[in-house]
Amino acid sequence: MATELRVVGTPARKVDAAKLVTGYGTFTDDFFLPGMLHAKILTSPHAHARITRIDTSRAADHPGVHAAISHHDVARIPYTSAGQSWPEPSPYDQYILDSKVRFVGDYVAVVAAETPEAAEDALGLIDVEYEVLPPVLDMHDSMRPGAPVIHDEPESHGMYDAERNVAAHIEVEVGAVADGVTEADTVVSEDYFVQYQQHTCLEPHVTIAWLDEDGRLVLRTSTQIPYHCRRMVAFALDIPVRDVHVIKPRVGGGFGNKQEVVTEPLAAVLAIKTRRPVKLEYTRRDEFTIARMRHPQHLTMTVGARRDGSITATHMKVLTNTGPYGTHALTVTGNTGSKPLPLYRSPNIRFEADIVYTNLPISGAFRGYGAPQGFFALESAIDEMALALGSDPLEFRRANHIRKGDTDPVSAALAEGSAKKPRVMRSNGLPECLERGSEAIGWTAKRRGGMPLRPNEGPLVRGLGMCCLMQGSGVAGDELAAASIKMNEDASFTLMLGSADIGTGSDTTLAQIAAEVLGVPLEKILVRSGDTDHVTFDYGAYASSTAYITGQSVLKAAEDARRQIVSVAGQMLQEDAEALLVADERVSSSSGKTVTLQEIVMECLYGEEKTLISGRGTHATKESPPPFVAMFVEVEVDIEMGTIRPIHLVTAIDIGKALNPAICEGQVEGAVTQSLGYALTEEIVLSPEGRVLNPTFMDYKILCAADMPKLTTILVEDPEPTGPFGAKSVAEVAINGPAPAIANAVHDAVGIRLRHLPMTPDKVLEALGRL
Amino acid sequence: MILHLTINGREQAVDCEPYETLLNLLRRVGFTGAKRVCESGECGACAVLVDGRAVDSCIMLAAQADGSRVTTVEGLGDLRDLSAVQTAFADNGAVQCGFCIPGMIVAATSYLEENPEPTEEQIRHVFVGNLCRCTGYVKPVEAVLTAARRMRSGGNGD
Repeated sequence: MATELRVVGTPARKVDAAKLVTGYGTFTDDFFLPGMLHAKILTSPHAHARITRIDTSRAADHPGVHAAISHHDVARIPYTSAGQSWPEPSPYDQYILDSKVRFVGDYVAVVAAETPEAAEDALGLIDVEYEVLPPVLDMHDSMRPGAPVIHDEPESHGMYDAERNVAAHIEVEVGAVADGVTEADTVVSEDYFVQYQQHTCLEPHVTIAWLDEDGRLVLRTSTQIPYHCRRMVAFALDIPVRDVHVIKPRVGGGFGNKQEVVTEPLAAVLAIKTRRPVKLEYTRRDEFTIARMRHPQHLTMTVGARRDGSITATHMKVLTNTGPYGTHALTVTGNTGSKPLPLYRSPNIRFEADIVYTNLPISGAFRGYGAPQGFFALESAIDEMALALGSDPLEFRRANHIRKGDTDPVSAALAEGSAKKPRVMRSNGLPECLERGSEAIGWTAKRRGGMPLRPNEGPLVRGLGMCCLMQGSGVAGDELAAASIKMNEDASFTLMLGSADIGTGSDTTLAQIAAEVLGVPLEKILVRSGDTDHVTFDYGAYASSTAYITGQSVLKAAEDARRQIVSVAGQMLQEDAEALLVADERVSSSSGKTVTLQEIVMECLYGEEKTLISGRGTHATKESPPPFVAMFVEVEVDIEMGTIRPIHLVTAIDIGKALNPAICEGQVEGAVTQSLGYALTEEIVLSPEGRVLNPTFMDYKILCAADMPKLTTILVEDPEPTGPFGAKSVAEVAINGPAPAIANAVHDAVGIRLRHLPMTPDKVLEALGRL
Repeated sequence: MILHLTINGREQAVDCEPYETLLNLLRRVGFTGAKRVCESGECGACAVLVDGRAVDSCIMLAAQADGSRVTTVEGLGDLRDLSAVQTAFADNGAVQCGFCIPGMIVAATSYLEENPEPTEEQIRHVFVGNLCRCTGYVKPVEAVLTAARRMRSGGNGD
């Protein structure tokens, strides 16, 4: 292999860019089948009720309607919508359609008709009688004795304690936190509250289902997890996995919301029943009401430290609202503890959590996967501790953060996969991130120190805040990816991937790895991905896994193909294959003999010794190296209006190796922007009955181009020895940062601590005593 | 009712319902570049040019476009012949999932005709009507600045 990288490390144009900028049919819904029906869902108006009678016959008789079905028409098979490896660590507490509804918006019945209008009209013809039950509308009430039991049905299973509405429970301890608190000279202990956040993928959930010419079920669907989806739909419908074919076209954003199987089972049932293609597409209102959200939590964070600045105890206690279903309940909150808690060296660490059911919207996977909640609490508390000890928050973090060579004691105790061994930090660029990030923001010069306002100061006060972050690269011990690569007649290569590019650019990044190894330009790699009939198995796009896990499988597949090419070239050149070099679309010897890949492929296909060049690679690992971030933000607080305006946000991020720097920067910029909304503006407003009151972009505020601060992204590369070309993950880690960094900056500016997200003007004014 | 429209340079007679939106009509006749996202004129992903002006096609009735020239993102450039704005989006890493991108390209193309020398601040204000959940707007804004620069020097940059 050439020692200098030619393709890896370049900001190459994405392999799917041209079709995306020209708008050519490429997403799930950009596709038409003759005779396609449109499905519409009847949803529950009640937060908690039993369906005592339901009759869909008038709807079924409506002109243009081909099917109108309720729980009477589907088998009662408990499953989970959480797209995880088997057996899913989420309770089996959902049904395709059920006789009980558990939140406002729960599925009641579904109709398929020739036009969307006919389907909509037919919904009004379904007769339903409900027995309304008392709901649980505050997670603090869920475990109260006598609270209504949300899952009282006998078929559901996998819940920690269904009678007390506890979906999952976690308790781990390393050392003894009680002793650590006693040893401490200073203890900081506070409560933090974080809200629902909606992913707002621009493309809503959408599935087109049909039966192919062999009678197999085809699902063209907007998903992050084609293979999990195939297995889960087969399970929920009780049909063989081989009879399901999942096609993932381009996906218009996932962010975890499509690590859920939510539209596929209903669309499948309707396609099988009607023998017609059926499209089920969520509306924007559906996305805001019946899709998934980031889990709301109440966190209690305690940190103890000695006068010399060493941490003696770290204790996080969490109450999580999973909504009516426990999809990703255990694992998201597991990551609330497992991602943040190893960041600072501490001999005594305790993490405990209850994840409870409520009759409120459904929580699920969301980029960051529990870590944003945990980092908000941890990084606020660390800041507070630093100041309590009279230390600079930057220096306090520098002194205490996890080092290269350290083992992470929390990961083994909390592992969700099969990796029950401590994680060793083989790479750690955090020191460089702290150095370069603090310089870019002007840390020492601009800190204000939360001093009282001077009489001549105006209402706009600036401050600086920071935080440190880490994540993982895949689920340790619970990942498997495969890639295959074949050489084509024009010396191009087809790279076949089970991984799901959902806009992250993974098709491009992975093709860059293949091009590098095979000594060809990127345009000679044709990527086929996300189709369970035609590509190899992969767990899918979640947990920041694709570049690190699937990347290794591509590296292995390309090396396999290269070995075969070199072997043929060795025969053609009469040279020792071991000593040959592959670069610039040719194979060369040190003596100057050379043969082109085009000549090699023709020799393989039509020469004397016929053979096919076809490489294969699979990868699984118990490693999950964390990327690290040092984030800095300058804010301006308007003490009269209560507004917080971020001015400049710097993310210095250690990702091991930037396989494609433009894609890496884009991942960071996007993550930061989503989390600026989480920190400042995004909030689901619920009525006292549990109904979402703001299901539109007009009333649920995500940031637009004019709201943005200046973003500076600094890519730091401390090579990860277990990653492809030294790479580890990039997609999630930065999303954990803006909330604590801004809260710390607000304290620096005006001396108040905001511990309740989002940090809206009313909370600022209240904390300032100006309301 | 029958409408007479010029879509991406080709005159067409299209049957439509009086309540049908322009977005629905365009997607139905095969121009899927305009995306269905909010259906209430809040996000800009369905933007198209009607007689040269960028509009949200999800809140315009198809009948209102009767007799008009409609240009969708497909009409601005082809896979093998991208427009300057399309090229700049592709080259600047401005495309992630790509669902909002056709709307941004339509809005930017229309604005650059009006103002060939925009500032970053002006572009950010043009994009106020184009929501994106992937990019943080950094690279799309840079892409428009790049496109403007290239167009002023007379090429499409491809």
